[in-house]
Amino acid sequence: MPAPYRIEMLGLRKAFGATVALDGVDLCVPPGVVHALIGENGAGKSTLMKVLSGVQRPDAGRMLLDGDPYAPSGPLEARRRGVVMIYQELALAPHLSVAENILLGIEPASRGWIRRRKLEEQAREALAALGHGEIRLHAPVSGLSVGAQQLVELARALVLDARVVVLDEPTSSLAAADLSRLFEVIRRLRERGVSVIYISHFLEEVEQIADRFTVLRDGRSAGGGLIGEADRSRIVEMMIGRQISEMFPRLPHPTGEPVLELADLAAPGVRSASLVLRRGEIFGVAGLIGAGRSEMLRAVFGLLPVRRGWVKVATVAGPGSPAERLAQGVGLLSEDRKGEGLAQSLSLADNLTLSNLKPYLRHGWLDRSAQSRAALDWVEKISIKAPGPRVPVFSLSGGNQQKVALARLLHHDCDVLLLDEPTRGIDVASKAQIYELIGKLAQTGKAILFVSSYLPELLGVCDTIAVMCRGRLGEKAPAGEWTEHAIMTAATGAREAAR
Amino acid sequence: MKNSPLSTRFRIPASFGSLLGLAVVFLLFSLWAGPPFYSRYNQVTMLTQSVIVAAGALGMTLIIIAGGIDLSVGSMIALSTVVIARALLAGAPPTWAALAGVAVGGVCGALNGFLVTRLGLVPFIITLGTLLIFRGAATGLSGEQKIDAPITWLNEMLTKFPSPSWTLVAVGVWLTVLLAIAVAVVLRNTVLGRHAFAIGSNEATARLCGVRVERVKLYIYTIGGLLTGFAGLMQFSRLTVGDPTAAKGMELDIIASVVIGGGSLSGGRGSVAGSLAGALLMTIIRSGLSMKGVPNWVQDVLTGVIIVGAVTLDRLRRESGGSE
Ligand SMILES: Nc1ncnc2c1ncn2[C@@H]1O[C@H](COP(=O)(O)OP(=O)(O)OP(=O)(O)O)[C@@H](O)[C@H]1O
Ligand SMILES: [Mg+2]
Repeated sequence: MPAPYRIEMLGLRKAFGATVALDGVDLCVPPGVVHALIGENGAGKSTLMKVLSGVQRPDAGRMLLDGDPYAPSGPLEARRRGVVMIYQELALAPHLSVAENILLGIEPASRGWIRRRKLEEQAREALAALGHGEIRLHAPVSGLSVGAQQLVELARALVLDARVVVLDEPTSSLAAADLSRLFEVIRRLRERGVSVIYISHFLEEVEQIADRFTVLRDGRSAGGGLIGEADRSRIVEMMIGRQISEMFPRLPHPTGEPVLELADLAAPGVRSASLVLRRGEIFGVAGLIGAGRSEMLRAVFGLLPVRRGWVKVATVAGPGSPAERLAQGVGLLSEDRKGEGLAQSLSLADNLTLSNLKPYLRHGWLDRSAQSRAALDWVEKISIKAPGPRVPVFSLSGGNQQKVALARLLHHDCDVLLLDEPTRGIDVASKAQIYELIGKLAQTGKAILFVSSYLPELLGVCDTIAVMCRGRLGEKAPAGEWTEHAIMTAATGAREAAR
Repeated sequence: MKNSPLSTRFRIPASFGSLLGLAVVFLLFSLWAGPPFYSRYNQVTMLTQSVIVAAGALGMTLIIIAGGIDLSVGSMIALSTVVIARALLAGAPPTWAALAGVAVGGVCGALNGFLVTRLGLVPFIITLGTLLIFRGAATGLSGEQKIDAPITWLNEMLTKFPSPSWTLVAVGVWLTVLLAIAVAVVLRNTVLGRHAFAIGSNEATARLCGVRVERVKLYIYTIGGLLTGFAGLMQFSRLTVGDPTAAKGMELDIIASVVIGGGSLSGGRGSVAGSLAGALLMTIIRSGLSMKGVPNWVQDVLTGVIIVGAVTLDRLRRESGGSE
């Protein structure tokens, strides 16, 4: 008789030193079911999935795969037994090609010799199954955008005959257009009887794709059931133990004189961008992945060369290096927190104060306790879940790392904030806190350029929105005049027709 | 991206810069120093001179691609010459003595690999330690002096006048070329080679994807050691004695060759053709400069400038090339 469950995880425990990440979790998923795993940042979702995929050994508890005992000795054994995981942090080898990354660790080979043709064939099939046959197999992945890199990772799961596919926040960097394609892939997997475990902070996505759900809270399961039978506020309450009064608190903030102007700016990836950002304004930039939004911010911040046009900060026009921009009061939050956002082995407090150490210097000496106090202040303000200010950043959960990156920029006290996907990977409750914080910043006269692929937050937080499409930034309009539909049409190129 | 279809179809190989540099430098010296420089005799001389560093650079290329470094190769070469001389003295046939010299390199490399993977220390520190250990072992084994070995055909491996004359260059040069092709094929077409790139590129990812990181590193250091052992054999062939003080500081020439050839010390990048070009480039510069009577200290300064310049150029080329 076949086992009713594809995967059973029973009484799993895992502690990292004093931090208990999993405190006796049960999770059972039948075949052909999409099971959502939700919970606050640091609740233990990624850790649970790392145990499942053999990256970490549990301290206690056991697992069954199709009724057989399952205790993978490492990720390779897990993959061989059909348990495939797509990690929250993009995990690619930048120097290898797309095809090689897709098949890394499971290259088709005979006696150690790689069979290139087979390798490319399998990679091509996997990308085609994703609906992204256009990604070049030979391109080194370092040249791909974050979105395309994620597709490469997804393709990794599809080359194997998977029994269980785990997606850890797969959509935190995908634009809406890619989302429906991803869901299609997931549905296809479900039809083939694959169990899909889906971690996400977007409840609307979970409602759309999942059949069942489990809420984790502080390393324990805090409830679950059928998606159809639970409403959103119930789920949020299970997650954080209370209701969120308002997701997008609107604070009144007057706008003032221009602080950042772009005139016909062209840079690698950007064909033409003109905008005026005023003091106290929250300016949203929507668009598809690869439309050139990040590149525009990076060109403004001096990380990419300006090829044409100019950037004017306050009254000073001309190009500037990142250090000059910071001195002018312009700060950038990079979308790639792992690669360039954070120094992974430095502590939370060091990371948070890295770009602005001056307040903690006493006669040239660093006042470490003042530094720690300031860090704790921010830990409080945006609910960073961490055992203390001196823990290394790599030991924090993904969402909490993102919060540290954001907190550093806020701590730097810039006048103009360039935010590239600032709430990526952040849980619902903390998002509301961050939106409120952004509103407060605008109230104090800061100007914010807000790039996001999550349309509800753009519409809920921004004063004005413009859409970027294939390297061109469109006209801005008050947020109230936009709808999700209008933004999507503009982003896909049918600009004027929609408005 | 889309606007440069040409550069995507004909991707410029990583070694392009160093090969171009090699051609340019050769031309410049030919113009400056004239026939004595570009004569066939001098070409053969330079080729034979560069063999030791080139052979060492083959192994180093593997190691650097996998994100490692091996500072102990100079000592390994010395140890290898001593072992070969001892073996010959003890009456071993030349072939066996030569194999012993290569094997001792393999053992040293395996030891490096073992320590790097087991102790979890950075290879820089480990091989800094084994640099002294191997050098000490060579000195001890040789009784603190050069070992004269009987003359055998091993000493002919780097001769400038090979016989039969249709072979053009010495057998040592040909062997190095064969080994270079073998290493290039391993890097390109085997799982081991691609995993070396993957580890150098992103070790954590390689591990998550089930690459046996420790085992691959052990193999890479061992193969690197074997190639260094071969470099030791070439060194012996040139010296005709077992010399515990041989190849002091050669690890730096070897690493420089790899780096000039487009290798990245942070791993994931490097090529056999580039490293060979790097080794040749350094020999050509030294040879050309001493031919013109440029004092040694100027030669050193210029070589240093060229190393830094080559790497800078390579980086500029990569940043502006935008082949991705
Ligand atoms: N390697 C580690 N060392 C120390 N602590 C760790 C480590 N990995 C995770 N933790 C801790 O375990 C807890 C659970 O982390 P986990 O990454 O599972 O959270 P998560 O639910 O995935 O959160 P997020 O939504 O932010 O991704 C956190 O408190 C985190 O700090
Ligand atoms: Mg996580």
